[in-house]
Amino acid sequence: MSIFVDRNTRVLVQGITGREGQFHTRQCISYGTNVVAGVTPAKGGQTMDEVPVFNTVREAAKKTEANCAMIFVPPAFAADAIMEAADAEIELIVSITEGIPVMDMLRVKNFLASKPSRLIGPNCPGIITPGQCKVGIMPGPIHLPGPIGVVSRSGTLTYEVVDQLTKQGLGQSTCIGIGGDPVNGTNFIDCLAAFEADPATKGIVMIGEIGGSAEEEACAYIAENVSKPVVGFVAGLTAPPGRRMGHAGAIVSGGSGTAQAKIDAMRRAEVHVCEDLGNLGEFCSNVFNVIKD
Amino acid sequence: MKIHEYQAKELFRNANIPVPEGEVAFSVDEACTTAENLGSYPVVIKAQIHAGGRGKGGGVKLANSREEVKNIASHILNMNLVTPQTGPEGKLVKKILVEEGLNVARELYLSILPDRATANIVIIASQAGGMDIEEVAAKSPEKIIRVAVNPLVGIEPYHCREVAFGLGLSPEVNKQFYAMLSKLYRLFVSRDCSLVEINPLVVTEENAIIALDAKIDIDSNGLYRQKDLEELRDTDEEDALEVEASRFNLNYINLSGNVGNMVNGAGLAMATMDIIKKAGAEPANFLDVGGGANAEMVENGFRIILADDNVQAILINIFGGILRCDVLAEGVVQAAQKTGISVPVVIRMEGTNVEEGRRILAKSGLNLITAVDLKDAADKIAEIVRG
Repeated sequence: MSIFVDRNTRVLVQGITGREGQFHTRQCISYGTNVVAGVTPAKGGQTMDEVPVFNTVREAAKKTEANCAMIFVPPAFAADAIMEAADAEIELIVSITEGIPVMDMLRVKNFLASKPSRLIGPNCPGIITPGQCKVGIMPGPIHLPGPIGVVSRSGTLTYEVVDQLTKQGLGQSTCIGIGGDPVNGTNFIDCLAAFEADPATKGIVMIGEIGGSAEEEACAYIAENVSKPVVGFVAGLTAPPGRRMGHAGAIVSGGSGTAQAKIDAMRRAEVHVCEDLGNLGEFCSNVFNVIKD
Repeated sequence: MKIHEYQAKELFRNANIPVPEGEVAFSVDEACTTAENLGSYPVVIKAQIHAGGRGKGGGVKLANSREEVKNIASHILNMNLVTPQTGPEGKLVKKILVEEGLNVARELYLSILPDRATANIVIIASQAGGMDIEEVAAKSPEKIIRVAVNPLVGIEPYHCREVAFGLGLSPEVNKQFYAMLSKLYRLFVSRDCSLVEINPLVVTEENAIIALDAKIDIDSNGLYRQKDLEELRDTDEEDALEVEASRFNLNYINLSGNVGNMVNGAGLAMATMDIIKKAGAEPANFLDVGGGANAEMVENGFRIILADDNVQAILINIFGGILRCDVLAEGVVQAAQKTGISVPVVIRMEGTNVEEGRRILAKSGLNLITAVDLKDAADKIAEIVRG
């Protein structure tokens, strides 16, 4: 088992003929992902490698029964692409695109409220269920199938964590990057709830960073609803206030959104907080093994 | 992106949102001319820097005559203004805004910003204008009016009424306020703002509603469709190295520490800064070279880190995904050969093509310290810092 994606996931790629789209589609296919269609307006009828390309998401979904969209279109067109996928009732939409204006995402998020689709991202590495399906830009080989669910706001920091888990022999059920933007689709709580309900997930690693209050809200949820052990890590203890640290959402403003506040919230929710990223793998090994015994 | 008060007021003026008469001045002479043109005293002289709390730092003064304008303008121009938001180093004032004085009856607070959790656009208002809104929110939250607008629907009359009645405005002021708030909302949405704040918004003795102050932040992600706003960027207000870095699409923030670092990915970059702190040093910067970095970007990043005289050591931490380790290694070698390496450099690489990357570094003959993992990298940095 896993959450959101597995070997039955049928992926269509919006922006499949672009440089990024092509490169990552090939990587996903070679990992074993079932990529059934691509969408690039005015390139319908062509193929990218073996994958048929369509003009619209609706047509692609109808002809190929795709149930997941991976989006690589540039930021100026990304909001449109997400809404197109949602209008075609694609179940899961994964938007990799970084740099979408907040104003666009405000509209998208309100539009999605009336649709059955789940959005992951934007500005995220995507989602992977190791050994089954990779919908994103993460390096496949560092992952290992297993019992740990990973949810994070960042990209390479997640790879670091996953790599350390794998080196400890701790495989992953599913790893999700929810993205570094202030307004995103799936949040920590959605993922925690899904991991809690997934019998294959025995433990959870949650990686947060400065900015907003998503971690604090997640911790309140954990305290009430999550029985599985959770390891937490927060990046940005040394981040100066008022500065946007790379991610559009990573900013400490008016004394809120600090790493320390998030770590405190984790402690209150009895999350096992790891403060030393260099030792995270070992730390997880201790937490999850003790609980196994 | 931040812009100046006088620029924000220009945007207000173009949107028919009332602001005091006034003009920006770059010299004492210009300030005197503007004051004369305004036709009556007193006038207000306001330092234009990208930081709040200017009044507290002595950057906002009232002048009752041409002579006073001259004295105050020459005092404020080129002063190093220290406010609660500038940090102790302060900011050099290069321009001032000269405005008509108003007969202020009431000072209010009004702002518009996106709410990240609910994806609404939120209007925040308070009768306690002219004060630090965070302080008001903390001490007397009941004084804060918060009205959420669904961005798909936009602002409706009832939103305006909720805010206006909350502010306790008189009937003759209400109408002006409705019109002003609607225009402000439309400005916020159409110009990709991430914050519009008026503190204070004043009601004059003559019952006019006027934005005495104006602050606008623009969402950098929206600048591609706001070309005219992009021109309002004032690089004088930014750190010189940060401006330089932005020319190469590098995400760099200059900090006051002694260990420079270069990382791919914002989250990992923040975590790497934390590791430097844990090792007993202070990060000299934040630098995310991004997922798609090439050798040239790495080289420029390296050069920018070294341009900071406080840097005593550098930690490079790359988790190769899209950015391959061999590309990173080539960039480092190129940079080192061109600029020379004056400080110890610890390199930790993992991920795509890591073996090839390590081979390139090893055969370069450069004096680089390689670390096998993050823990090792932290230990090696700690060792260097301890000397």
